[in-house]
Amino acid sequence: MTTHVTSGVRSDDMIGSGQEGTIGDQVRAYLQRLRGGEMGALPAVAGFFVLAILFSILSPFFLTERNFANLLTQAATLVMLAMALVFVILLGEIDLSAGVTSGVAMSLFVVLSNPGGLNMNWILALVVSLLSGVLIGAFIGFFVAKVGIPSFVVTLGLFLGFQGLQLIIIGSGGLYRIQQPEILAIQNSNLPEWGGWAMLVIMLLVSLGMAFLDRRRRTRAGVVNRTIAILWIRLAVIAVVGGVIVGLLNQNRGTGFLAVSGVPIVVPITLVVLFLGTLLLDRTKFGRYIYAIGGNAEAARRAGIKVVGIKWAAFAICSTLAVVSGVFSASKVGSVDAAFGRDIVLSGVAAAVVGGVSLFGGRGRLIHAAVGALVIAVITNGLGLLNLPGGVNFLVTGGVLILAATVDAVSRVRAGGALSRR
Amino acid sequence: MDVPIIELTAVTKSFGPVSVLKGVALRARAGEVTALVGDNGAGKSTLIKGLAGVQPYDTGEVRFAGELVSLSNPREASRLGIEVVYQDLALCDNLDIVQNMFLGREETVLGTFDEGEMERQASETLRSLSVRTVKSVRQKVSSLSGGQRQTVAIARSVLKSAKVVILDEPTAALGVAQTEQVLALVRRLADSGVAVIMISHNLIDVFAVADHINVLYLGQMVASVETSATNSSDVVGYITGSKTYMGASE
Ligand SMILES: Nc1ncnc2c1ncn2[C@@H]1O[C@H](COP(=O)(O)OP(=O)(O)O)[C@@H](O)[C@H]1O
Ligand SMILES: [Mg+2]
Repeated sequence: MTTHVTSGVRSDDMIGSGQEGTIGDQVRAYLQRLRGGEMGALPAVAGFFVLAILFSILSPFFLTERNFANLLTQAATLVMLAMALVFVILLGEIDLSAGVTSGVAMSLFVVLSNPGGLNMNWILALVVSLLSGVLIGAFIGFFVAKVGIPSFVVTLGLFLGFQGLQLIIIGSGGLYRIQQPEILAIQNSNLPEWGGWAMLVIMLLVSLGMAFLDRRRRTRAGVVNRTIAILWIRLAVIAVVGGVIVGLLNQNRGTGFLAVSGVPIVVPITLVVLFLGTLLLDRTKFGRYIYAIGGNAEAARRAGIKVVGIKWAAFAICSTLAVVSGVFSASKVGSVDAAFGRDIVLSGVAAAVVGGVSLFGGRGRLIHAAVGALVIAVITNGLGLLNLPGGVNFLVTGGVLILAATVDAVSRVRAGGALSRR
Repeated sequence: MDVPIIELTAVTKSFGPVSVLKGVALRARAGEVTALVGDNGAGKSTLIKGLAGVQPYDTGEVRFAGELVSLSNPREASRLGIEVVYQDLALCDNLDIVQNMFLGREETVLGTFDEGEMERQASETLRSLSVRTVKSVRQKVSSLSGGQRQTVAIARSVLKSAKVVILDEPTAALGVAQTEQVLALVRRLADSGVAVIMISHNLIDVFAVADHINVLYLGQMVASVETSATNSSDVVGYITGSKTYMGASE
């Protein structure tokens, strides 16, 4: 009758972990999860390809190397902003001020760094504007986590207030050109050809290295590893897709005598943020607690998690990454004015939702938001090529958003989430 | 007999003008199931929230294995080995079984999760409790049945070798078969040397597993009796206030 709860159990007696079996079993388990409503970014990826095919039929310009590079740099700002928002959306919160936060920070940057302004060293100015992001995030976090005001209200207030602050910093009607070649280079210069390939090789090596570290840890613990074939397939997919993308971008896409080629510099920067952010969310306590709070804040609190601190940090990360998206945007547009960043935040939220991040909190990943942002960017880009009236873009984007939210709601019911939510 | 692992003396708790616990005493011993019964609103949940450090008592003494302790926050309670399985199961639907079992105390190497180690320990713990209903420890909790969720919640407290496990209405939402499984689990838990405090409305369940029964009535402990020395109709009397207990200390 006596049971020693710590007694060792042979591994063949253990309860499964879903990692057992052949590729066939794994594929079946994956399909089962899909049917169960855990679709992740799959609908968005499918949507991206459908749209891409549609636009390449409708416009001869869509499927050109030039437009492809253009699409990536157009999307970069939205990708970064959507990834920023994931950190608070996972908590079940929202940051409507993320766009104007980037506006305030970039206004600060141009006023500090420009020769016509304070002529400060640009690196220092950049650090100051990133720090202003941290500070703004901490400010929001204080009101949301500590005072307990809904983030919708706090950040809506800031959305209005920061437009005024931005106007004061930059002066009404003011417009500052970005003068620093380093900032302009982010969106307008490219890696050398070998740089693109090196980037891809590094990605493959990092994926491989992390997978093997994981497998070693699991082996040491005595639990089953997924069949290694899955890893090779994943690496092969990255190699092929990445290879095609780098190959395309390394083609000459210049229109005049000047050759233009290579992976835009913004791409590796975005990938590094995606990688580090995913590491944080998937493999550290901080990340796990964000998901836990988004899933059931009371459970998290009872488990001894410092909910206030985690929320605080998440808002700080969101605002800081929003400033990074502002840097991308300033680099692309080439200037900063009093309206900079004002109109983008809802597209950022839409991107996250389209990619499969749940506004209810607790579900979604950075890569989902990035894919969602690419879907929205491809709509803007493709419709732009078709010379349709401006309103169509908004109509289509809105329709896609509602479609994505419906997919989210339906899959939540399938996953049993809606039933057990209080 | 040896010192009880938990001994409360004259604890009180008020919410504003409402006095919910009016000087309550409670003892729990290792290896025993100590039942806590009482009508709705008697103060059972409030009493255990104090033990969990979630909602500290206003006044009174808490002794842990004879030592005076202050349970001012959940960390303190958890450090002593007091774990609570709440009525509204404190699980995160969006996380899997392993993630829920380790929530708040994950195993890490160099700041990143050691998923393999956590998976093995979770699996072993479930096995040691003879849990057979769970297929994969990587299932999302949202996909589990009520009994399975209760099992995960109990296993979670066992995982870090809790000395005291408090269960708030563990069988309230369960069908017959699942109730049976959970009660067997509760008994195994106590037999392994844990002090189990179980809140329940269901006297059949209480008489099936408890060694000792405590009755709370409007914020006062009106009876504390060995299961073998009482019967169902007496306990009902204590719960409803229609019968007065003549036994031991108040
Ligand atoms: N946080 C609170 N604020 C105010 N009153 C409370 C609070 N928690 C419990 N109570 C009151 O205390 C009494 C006892 O509640 P509870 O401990 O949940 O009883 P039980 O679990 O025995 O049904 C009830 O009357 C309830 O309304
Ligand atoms: Mg209760």
